[in-house]
Amino acid sequence: MTPELGQLALILALLLALAQGMLPLIGAWRGNRALMAVARPAAAGQAVFVALAFGVLSWAFLHFDFSVRYVADNSNLALPWYYRLAAVWGAHEGSLLLWIFILNLWTVALAALSRNLPEVFVSRVLGVLGLIAVGFLAFIIFTSNPFERLLPMPPDGGDLNPVLQDPGMTFHPPVLYMGYVGFSVAFAFSIAALLGGELEQAWVRWARPWTNVAWGFLSAGIVAGSWWAYAELGWGGWWFWDPVENASFMPWLVGAALIHAQAVTEKRGSLRAWTILLSIFAFSLSLLGTFLVRSGVLTSVHAFASDPRRGLFILCFLAVVVGGSLLLYALRAPKVAGGKPFAVVSRETAILIGNLMLTVAAAMVLLGTLFPLVGDALNLGKISVGPPYFGFLFTLLMLPIVLLLPFGPYLRWGNKGETSLLKNVLYRAGFAAVACAIVAAFVTGGQLKAIAGTAAAVWCGVGTLLYVLKRWREMPAGRRYPAEMAGMLLAHIGVGVFLAGVLLTEALSVERDVRMAPGQTQSIGGYEFRFDGVHVTEGPNWHGDQGTVTVSRNGREVAVMHPQKRTYTRGQVQTESAIDPGVTRDLYVALGEPMDKKDPEGAWALRLYHKPFVRWIWAGGLLMMLGGFFSAADRRFRTQRAAATEPAVATTAQESRA
Amino acid sequence: MSRLVPFFGFMLLVVLFGFGIWWNTQHDQREVPSPLINKPAPAYVLPKLDDPAQTVSRESMLGKPYLINVFASWCIACGEEHPVLMIEGQNIGVPLVGYNYKDEPDDAKAWLARHGNPYGLIIADRDGRTAIDFGVYGAPESFLVDAKGVIRYKRIGPLTPAVIEKELKPAIAALAKETP
Repeated sequence: MTPELGQLALILALLLALAQGMLPLIGAWRGNRALMAVARPAAAGQAVFVALAFGVLSWAFLHFDFSVRYVADNSNLALPWYYRLAAVWGAHEGSLLLWIFILNLWTVALAALSRNLPEVFVSRVLGVLGLIAVGFLAFIIFTSNPFERLLPMPPDGGDLNPVLQDPGMTFHPPVLYMGYVGFSVAFAFSIAALLGGELEQAWVRWARPWTNVAWGFLSAGIVAGSWWAYAELGWGGWWFWDPVENASFMPWLVGAALIHAQAVTEKRGSLRAWTILLSIFAFSLSLLGTFLVRSGVLTSVHAFASDPRRGLFILCFLAVVVGGSLLLYALRAPKVAGGKPFAVVSRETAILIGNLMLTVAAAMVLLGTLFPLVGDALNLGKISVGPPYFGFLFTLLMLPIVLLLPFGPYLRWGNKGETSLLKNVLYRAGFAAVACAIVAAFVTGGQLKAIAGTAAAVWCGVGTLLYVLKRWREMPAGRRYPAEMAGMLLAHIGVGVFLAGVLLTEALSVERDVRMAPGQTQSIGGYEFRFDGVHVTEGPNWHGDQGTVTVSRNGREVAVMHPQKRTYTRGQVQTESAIDPGVTRDLYVALGEPMDKKDPEGAWALRLYHKPFVRWIWAGGLLMMLGGFFSAADRRFRTQRAAATEPAVATTAQESRA
Repeated sequence: MSRLVPFFGFMLLVVLFGFGIWWNTQHDQREVPSPLINKPAPAYVLPKLDDPAQTVSRESMLGKPYLINVFASWCIACGEEHPVLMIEGQNIGVPLVGYNYKDEPDDAKAWLARHGNPYGLIIADRDGRTAIDFGVYGAPESFLVDAKGVIRYKRIGPLTPAVIEKELKPAIAALAKETP
């Protein structure tokens, strides 16, 4: 009976979403306050019912209700409770439910925190969010019902894909969705602005913290996914340019551009149309990601369910939402470039260059991801582009950003740039980068990637730190680092840390596949790996072989590692690599196959990796995430509306409207 | 007009995606051409499920065509396929050989006792080693092997009445024509 309650809750949520999506928009158009007042209660009610549905599904998982097909397909009696909970979003239907649930969280947060914004504007924003919810709820109810029954009820269920049975995978989807879905808020703000034809530009300021938080979550989600791939897929890679990874990376790139464009629009009044367009793009790419993953149009290692009916539904939804908003943009976007003029040497010019690079990079990733599809369409056969395409073009496109990054904080808005200061940075950071690069060249024996990585990281890191130091010296305590600036500095240092991680890992990693008999040793990257044999071990829902590898350096024991090869109750085999983490290096051991099946006590094939600085990749990503969160917390964004509108008013006079 | 550029660009994308969905309905994604089709079946020696002391091999099965059906008690899709086999298994004209894949013999026997046994003969591959030679992706899968021990047809996923009518029976009919 309870699963039917869940379904009922979803239907009620859909009805409330319809109310939330239509009435406030009509009210805002007609100036009817009663209709506008529907927005908040409808959003809250919808959230309650979706939460109820989510709770019912979780309950079904926790209590082994295998009469629910989705539960029977994705869990079994032996699965521990925490993975049963994670199984709620482990497959198609449940992950959509999570998507809509998170959309509701964002909507409710917005409804609660927007009391000081004009009512007409908030009604439009909540209305747009309601329409998005309608699309997703209808999608769940009509094509992907998680509460479908399976009769007769099987005594035991299938299994959650063992690849997903990992702590990283438990957090990855919710955090990633927080980012994906969070862009819907920036999107709704832009659409509301287009609908209302707001003369003031204040909406950009209101949208900024939301965009920053969403982008921060997206960064964290991508980091979690990358970490999971590294730890769980068993061969130590951290990024594969896989279609599904690209689907999360494209909104991230556009989101990064959007954050900066919003700053320009807010502070200078320029790039208005561009900011609106980027908001639309960021959310469209999030939807596109959902489409690519869920429609089966592209197959990948992540490919889950593919059902043409679902694909068609999402495509129609995508066409209506994105097509509609782009049409609206074409009709209503500000026609004349407003704002103050650009100077050649100014912060807005630097941001504009960065924006171009980030958007072109996103377009490049999109093109590369869709290449196989284009190949099919033009009858060129199965073609796809691999990591070399992405790696080369992406490096090329990011180069200007890396070069400009240290100057960002020093550049002023408008034409007040002090070129002497810029030269100062150029010399100091440049000197530090070259010096470190020379040291790196000697240490690594002239590895190009390592040299480039060190130089780029030092360039960004030192450049940004110089500014931190300057503020420390020149500003009185308490006013040195407002949250918005602190966030920017953190994220920029994060870029440096990330660059160091990527390039040093790529250049210096030693990866070796070896055959080892118990007692044998292998020397890799200055570490001695001794294989101490394999014994049988048990887990809650798997049994397997566990190897013991003792690692020592210069005769001192560093780590004892236990790579596993698990066989889950349903027969799937899964490699659990053992990782000894460190600030400057990771040691990574994965168990291959026994040389002789009948003698698991004997020699095994092992993968031994020494990966220097790999952790810096994720540390950099997390710093960027912190940057997004810090900036959003700035007090300036929380000030009252009266104060907020004042700098933007000056620019509106230059605008003519359609 | 330039404001419409993003819109038209996006419409191009929609057309491409629409094409992608249409393409997928025309081309079965699972239709990975099996390199084993029209090649001799891999050599195998596997014990019978109900009598592990006896083994069945490729050689012992030569002389008559048969259909190998990979199944397991843990496999949900096999449960969906099972009623179809119970009905159609008698009508296809060749013996149905069950291939019990990565399964506990007791589980498999209990499963067959509960749902019925459509198979004339069942071989057991507990650790799934031989299945690798057959290129088995997962259960259920079916292989049609002819009298000379050559794989003539392969199906990944459950056999449905439609698949049996449109694919399997023509393949079996083709065999019958060759050996009058």
